[in-house]
Amino acid sequence: MGSTSQDPRYTPTELLACVASGFLEDGCSVFVGTGLPLIATMLAQRTHAPGLLIFFEAGSFGPQLKALPISVGDSRTLHRAISASSMHDLMSISQAGFVDYGFLGGAQMDSRGNINTTVIGDHALPKARLPGSGGANDVASFAHRTLIIMRQSERSFVGKLDFLTTPGHLDGPGGRQRAGLPVGDGPYRVVTQLAVYDFDEGTKRLRLHSLHPGVDVAAVQKNSGFSILVPERVAVSPAPTAEQLRLLREVIDPAGIVIGK
Amino acid sequence: MKVLQEGTGKLLGWHDPDEQRLWVHEHKTRELVDKRCSVSEAVSRLIQDGDYVASGGFGHVRVGMAVLYEIIRQKKRHLKLAGKTAVHDADVLMSAGCVDEVEAAYTFGHELRGLSPGSRRMVQTGRVKVVAEISNAGYQWRFLAGMMGLPFIPARNLLGTDTLRYSSAKVIEDPFSGKPICLIPAAYPDAVFIHVQRADKYGNCQIDGSVVEDIELSRCARRLIVTTEKLVDTDEIRSQPDRTAIPYFVVDAVCEVPFGSHPCQMPQDYYFDEEHIAEWLALSKSDQGVQEYLDKYVFSVKDFAGYLDKVGGAALLERLRRIERYEEPMVAPWCTAER
Repeated sequence: MGSTSQDPRYTPTELLACVASGFLEDGCSVFVGTGLPLIATMLAQRTHAPGLLIFFEAGSFGPQLKALPISVGDSRTLHRAISASSMHDLMSISQAGFVDYGFLGGAQMDSRGNINTTVIGDHALPKARLPGSGGANDVASFAHRTLIIMRQSERSFVGKLDFLTTPGHLDGPGGRQRAGLPVGDGPYRVVTQLAVYDFDEGTKRLRLHSLHPGVDVAAVQKNSGFSILVPERVAVSPAPTAEQLRLLREVIDPAGIVIGK
Repeated sequence: MKVLQEGTGKLLGWHDPDEQRLWVHEHKTRELVDKRCSVSEAVSRLIQDGDYVASGGFGHVRVGMAVLYEIIRQKKRHLKLAGKTAVHDADVLMSAGCVDEVEAAYTFGHELRGLSPGSRRMVQTGRVKVVAEISNAGYQWRFLAGMMGLPFIPARNLLGTDTLRYSSAKVIEDPFSGKPICLIPAAYPDAVFIHVQRADKYGNCQIDGSVVEDIELSRCARRLIVTTEKLVDTDEIRSQPDRTAIPYFVVDAVCEVPFGSHPCQMPQDYYFDEEHIAEWLALSKSDQGVQEYLDKYVFSVKDFAGYLDKVGGAALLERLRRIERYEEPMVAPWCTAER
């Protein structure tokens, strides 16, 4: 049936944030979106990656974040920043190759890491209108690698997107290059409340990389609208440390705005 | 040059660059003229029904709320809205029934606060049409092409996606690299309103914090209303010319509006009024609630000063200043209400 037994010491969202923060290496640059990517980035900067170069789309370069910004244009994104610049400056240097990781959330994702944040249903008269690309299309086009963080379910991991807002591997190997997108790896890792995924080199389809503690393969498949490739050996994701949990709850998001969900 | 793909989105606010040059020549004076006026006068003179409008700042950061409320108060209709980094500004304007069409980059959300009930309802019931999709950089570069007096700007985003299919951009084969490249058309909004920290009476403006895309937006705007926290002497501008983000000759009106971004943030000055935004998010879940909100905060007051008294006056504003300085924690009533 699929097991997702939950460790009472942390919530699925806390686990998600902690695992995601592990992908950001010290000394690399990351272009961050709002919500869980931001929480994971703040956690990385306060733990293993103090030299993380953070970019926010409104024009913040290299902040050392003190409190959780509500908006990626919030003045809190500028705390101890090296520059308060402009969106044009930031998007231009991103296009020119200065962004290692783009860090995104999504409403719907397909097996190739393409993301929908525009509409559910018909575009002209949608069942649910969502915000649109925002900076996501730009981040996923320009970053050398894209990290995606989202909650997975049969409804969010879909066989066919209602709308392809943001490019993943598009239609498969070579798809990004054929479309004219800048050279780069595209989607690199996907982190959900159940597991970490990468993409199979030959097909650019989603492949299980590590299972979170207490989760089995059946649970991962059950919570997906498409079939996920499973390699022979699957690692187990690291559980959050006490220090990570303390930082999340007491320092980064004491009001529980993101991790409380 | 071979066109590989054409977006089907409606092209809002595009003009032939020569037509735009003539418009600038005829309408934008290079003389130092005192442009101070009331918000009410600026809106009635510079924003017409049916205009393609854009708001500066970042949707809920450094927003010209006094102009926005005045557009609603004067019942402007059939506007076409640049849903660039549109958050609170666009949500209120669409919910109030002023907008018919929107080009969406980021438009129906309040970032961490969740989605926008009011403006989403307007789209989902067919009262507002999303006529084109684009991304944040895409919109930014529509304004950049406008500022540069070009018909378009080449870019490497949007490619391969439905965002491009529903945009007004085109894809060609780049004659230099031979690779597909996206051409993003220029935009020249009929009317733009931008809120700044400091401006002089001629319209020279200084901005603290990120300028976001206001350098480009101010220069491609056909008519530009500046609201400012504080009017300063031109000597102050001339003593720090490196701080000038917007030069006077692109500006058509200057209005002094202290706390003019409320309930949105003014970087390095005051924080979001999260309680007020929570009230809006709760009320905007229905048409009746929107009407209640507008009656209370827009139609029952004469101007922005009256509005500030109503939202909590000097004590509230001082508290928002302390939150901005990290001297008091922020509150998130929209968050605790949901849990």
